[in-house]
Formats: sequence, structure tokens, C-alpha cells
Amino acid sequence: MSDATPTHGVTDNPWHRLREFTDARIGLGRAGTSLPTRRSLEFQLAHARAQDAVHLPLDVEALCRDLDGLKTGRPIHRLHSRAADRETYLQRPDLGRRLDEASRERLAEADEAPRPAVDLAIAVVDGLSSLAVQQNAPPFLEALTQALAEADQDWSLAPLTVVEQGRVAIGDEIGEGLNARAVLVLIGERPGLSSPDSLGLYLTWGPRIGLNDAARNCISNVRPAGFVFDEASRRLMYLLREARAKGLSGVQLKDRTQDDVIESSGGVQNFLIS
Amino acid sequence: MAQAYHHTLGSRHYRFDSLAELMAKATPARSGDRLAGVIADSAEERVVAQMALAELPLSTFLEDHLVPYGEDEITRLIVDTHDADAFAPIRHLTVGDFRNWLLSDLATPETIARARAGITPEMAAAVSKIMRNQDLILVARKCRVTTAFRNTIGLPGRLSTRLQPNHPTDDATGIAASLLDGLLYGNGDAVLGINPATDNVAQSIKLMTLMDEVIQKYSIPTQSCVLTHVTNTLEAIEQGAPVDLVFQSIGGTQATNESFGFDLATLGEARDAARSLKRGTVGDNVMYFETGQGSSLSANAHHGLDQQTCEARAYAVARHFEPLLVNTVVGFIGPEYLFDGKQIIRAGLEDHFCAKLLGVPMGCDICYTNHADADQNDMDNLLTLLGAAGCTFIMGIPGSDDIMLNYQTTSFHDALYARRVLDLSPAPEFERWLDEMAIFEDVARHRPSGRLPDAFARPLSRLPEGGVR
Repeated sequence: MSDATPTHGVTDNPWHRLREFTDARIGLGRAGTSLPTRRSLEFQLAHARAQDAVHLPLDVEALCRDLDGLKTGRPIHRLHSRAADRETYLQRPDLGRRLDEASRERLAEADEAPRPAVDLAIAVVDGLSSLAVQQNAPPFLEALTQALAEADQDWSLAPLTVVEQGRVAIGDEIGEGLNARAVLVLIGERPGLSSPDSLGLYLTWGPRIGLNDAARNCISNVRPAGFVFDEASRRLMYLLREARAKGLSGVQLKDRTQDDVIESSGGVQNFLIS
Repeated sequence: MAQAYHHTLGSRHYRFDSLAELMAKATPARSGDRLAGVIADSAEERVVAQMALAELPLSTFLEDHLVPYGEDEITRLIVDTHDADAFAPIRHLTVGDFRNWLLSDLATPETIARARAGITPEMAAAVSKIMRNQDLILVARKCRVTTAFRNTIGLPGRLSTRLQPNHPTDDATGIAASLLDGLLYGNGDAVLGINPATDNVAQSIKLMTLMDEVIQKYSIPTQSCVLTHVTNTLEAIEQGAPVDLVFQSIGGTQATNESFGFDLATLGEARDAARSLKRGTVGDNVMYFETGQGSSLSANAHHGLDQQTCEARAYAVARHFEPLLVNTVVGFIGPEYLFDGKQIIRAGLEDHFCAKLLGVPMGCDICYTNHADADQNDMDNLLTLLGAAGCTFIMGIPGSDDIMLNYQTTSFHDALYARRVLDLSPAPEFERWLDEMAIFEDVARHRPSGRLPDAFARPLSRLPEGGVR
């Protein structure tokens, strides 16, 4: 490793090749101790894109076409929260947690009275990243529906719902309305600079309006460059089995998958120790 | 039956139906209080509420409990641990007098420290509401809070950093790469602290072990923490894991903490378990708490209080368990609670001031999300202001970008900026280590070494050449 030679005031970091192993912004070098111009502007660009992503609307038509392809045999219901637009959504989480009147009616109309109880309702919600939902919800659900079909236990499914301007807790109202024992919410997480497409999975047993986050289990960062779909589906199946066996979800339901989830890149482990 | 509070301005009479309403309406404007429906109806009403609050005797807060004693274990903690002797020198003051006293030369680091056990979170919140940003900075700077585990945190003229090497899949190599980057930028003296991608006991133990091995191999005078639920850390301790600090997010009402899935007894059990491991070398502060305005409202557990008062009450929980570090994650919660850079900056200064006044070792996650109306310039402002206020620690993360939690916080570079501009140093033990390891060529002038220190060149040379992906 040779000495770093400052040129035009920038000191490069001799460890910058570690960027092969992570998306983190390491080895950026420094001008004095500040960010070099190029790195500073790269950051500004990423931030500008992430801000734009928050405001990109979900293409519901396209999503429903993709979800139809899953052939779950159940209709898809298009729902909307009480937050009429994105500006309202960002400032009023309470409105994003509840269905608007038209959506409530739509759910009620779908009712086959008396509605039989089902095991699981799945709600696909735009959240803060429509990109995450658009790109990652269909392939994840493909992996999950296959896992559900192959499971030892039978899992009866409620009609799939797609929700605009929704928050995680809107699943409680949907699950309750569909008389489901559990609700799974697939939602776009707040976009990061390096990951504008993170999908979050929230499982709630016994959904009903008014539950808080202690009642939920979460699997975060589901995307091709994060938790890949098969892995996320496998982990979710574990949580589903456990929630069903214990009749609960949330902090009392610990994820005890004992797998070595510290994955290594190219067979390299913690190089600082080995 | 709540007591009403009144104020007359000229010929106009104002009525506030309860102490909670008075406190809320006296609070500088923010979106979370609007969301909760407790915000002042006009700018004028806010100032009138501040005038009414200024005339209120501090002792009011000992009698009129904002959250009923019978309903909330944090109220009980605040009331039952209140020290009347410590309160005696300030008990005759109104909230407005208290501000004057704090700004005056009567209030020295020593007199403030002696009064601490007599100051309740509600008193701290009340006085902060009538203080300008410069008041919050000036008084916080007079409050000294020092803690220790493997190094000494919070000494005057010091600014520590939590090295936060988060990775979206908890990849060991990725985490190690961020750890190395941060250490070589002189970050990590407050704690090496990882938010795990998944809340799982086995995974937490692996991350604890990873950091413990690095700390031991390079004899780093610092501590590690995996930010998992307190009950997970308790299990990890039972399984023999190398736990330095116990983490938990805490809030200012019992119902908030129930939504987080713990109570005070659990925190006590965890603190005792971590202390029993005797892993600290220069002190036994073993807790690491995170807080942030808006968490109680988010959990629908705010009892009609404004979010800043709820936040200050969380510091009663914190100080009871003698933490090494407490961190207000000020901009993480999003624009529905703190709308823009201006509100985030104000909240950061309030949280830091209230915590320090109460004797809590407060740092700040100077941060924002991509759906908030804020940017790097806002964070530069808050960093500089908090540095001047004597903030205990900030976050250090590669290039400000947390690739796991999807938000922006201060970078390794930002910490060095603050150290240079305000001439602040890391914890003394860690500063010596930076010098001995030749990570810095001039530690007093905050100048990192231009070349790779030998101790780190060897492990890097063992990495396979060429791309791995």
C-alpha cells in the first residue's frame, strides 16, 4: 500500500477498494477533512433522486396487471386511505391508517355474508416508495404464494388488496374487514439514498383497528440487493407458523431462525480479525 | 378534574383548561403538535401561553401532574425520586425566574449539578419553551455530565461519535469495511453501535461478537452495542454473549414504553445483568437509550401532551438507569412530527438542553429523512450549534448515508469538521489510541494520517484482489 499523494488538495483513502464489499459510502477521500467536490455532488444527486421518489405516484393499473399474473384465484380490491393526496399523506399519518368511505363500502360489498373467516389477508400498500411496491411486491408475492401452497398447513387467503396513500396500520382495518386471522402488509419503506426500492413486510395476528407496532413483526429491506425474495419468504413463513401456533404476533414472538444470516461476500468474513 | 390556568393581557383574558394545554400552547410551532390537535391557535396565543407559563411557580409541577400518578409509572418515578433538598435553592422561582437563574452567573456547572435531582422533566420542558435557541445553547454548555465504561464520555472540550456501521443484510465484511473507514477517520469513541437488519437473538450475538473481536484485537478504548430489543439483549447475556451496553428506545409515558414492549422493571433487570458482566474498565454506565419527539403520539400514548414535554419525561427514565449514552434521534421520525429543517434544529437544541439540565449524557442523531423538507445544510447548522452547546456525541456514518435505515445522519467527515471548527477532541483514552496507532498524524490539530497505519495494512493485504461481485 503506497502513500496517498494529495493532488489538488484531495487525499485519497488507500482502503477505498473496500467499496467492493459494501454499498456504504466508504473510502471517499478528503479535502482537508471535508468531502471532496465530486463526492459532495454525488451525494446531492442521490438526495435529489430520493426526494423525487417520495412523490412518484403508484401506477395501480400496472401493479394490478402484475398481481393478476400470480393467479391466486381471488379478485383484487383497489382501496384508498383517507389521505387524499401526497401532501396530506406526509403530514397526517392518522389519515393514512384508515380507509376512505368509498373503500370501506367496496370492502363491505365484497362481503359474502356471513363472511367465512380466512387465515391471511395480504395488503399491498404504496407507503413512502411506490417504486418498492411496483418492482418488488409482485416477485415477492410469487415466492410467498408458492411457499404457502407448499406449506404443511393449509392457508386460506382473503382477496388481495392494493392501497394508495396508506400506512402500515391500514392493514388492521383491512384484515378486520375481511375477517382474517392475520394480515400481511407489503409497504414501500422510506427511500434511502442507495435504496429507493426497499419493501417492508409487517405481520399482525388478530388485526383490528387501534393496534400499535408492538403487535407486529417486521421484515425490512426486501429487494434484490437486500433481503432477496426467497429468503424473505422463508423468514415470513416461519413467522406465520409461529404466530398461528401461539395465536399472537409482535414483541412476544421472537424470530428464532438460527440460520447464519451473516452472509459473506466472496467467501470473505470479517477481514479485520481473520 | 384538571386545574385551569389564566392570563390577562391588556383587557383580554385568556384561559387554558389544564397545565397540559398551557404547556402545549406555549411550545414553539411544530407539525406533531398540530397533528395531535394541541398546538396554539395563533402565534399570539402561543406567546400569551409562554407569558402565563413564565409566571407559574416551578413547584406547580410537583402538584399538578401532567399524567396521573396512578396511571403511569413514569409519573410515579418522577414524583417518588424528586429530591426536596436539591430543589430547595430554586423552589421559590417561577418558570420565568428559572430561565433568568439558569442564564445568570449564579448558575455554574456546580450549582446546576447540585439542583439536578430537584428538577423534574416538566420543569425542564417548561423553561425550554420560553428560551431562545441561544439560551438553550448557553445553558446546556454549563451542564456537565460525565459517564464512563471503557473510556470517559462528556468531558468539557470533547465531542464523541457513535460509529454506526449498519448494513442492510448485516454482512460481516460490509460491516467491517464501514468500521475500518470510521476508525481511520477517528470516529467510534462513544460506541460502535449497529442497528441489526433483523431483530433476532442469534444474529445480535453474532454482531456483538464481531465488534468485540475488533475491539479486543486492536485494543480500542471503546464499547459496542447492538441496538436490539432489551429482552433480546437479556437473552444474549444469558447465552454468554459479550454485551457491553444494553440498548432500548424509550418514551416519556408508560403507554409509550408498553408499545415498545418493555417496562421499567425490565430495564432494571437488564442494567443489573450487564453490570454483572463487569466488562467496563473505567466505569459501569452500561445503558444506551434512544429517544425522539413524536414517539408517544405515534404510539397514541401522549395523554394530550405536546411532544416535547413527552420527550423530556423520557429523560427521567434515562437518568434513573445511569446510562453511558442517550441519543435523541431528532429528524428520524419524519415530517408529520418535525416538518422541516427549522423544526428539527429547534427540537435538537431543546432535547439536548433538557437532557443536560436533568443530568443525562445527551448526544444527537442529527438527521433527516428523504420525505422531510430538510437537507445537509440544515444538518450542518444543527451540528455546529450542538457542538457549541457541548453535545456529548453525534453519529458517524460513511458519507452521511445509512444504507440500512434509509436516512441521512452526520458523517465521519462531519465529526472532523466540528472538531476543527470548534476545537473539540474525542474521549481522552480514544484520542491517545488514535495517536499510538498512527491513525492521526497530528491528533491535536485533528489531522488524520495520509497513509494506512501498519496495524490495518496487514488485514487489508489479505483480501482477495479484484472485484468480488
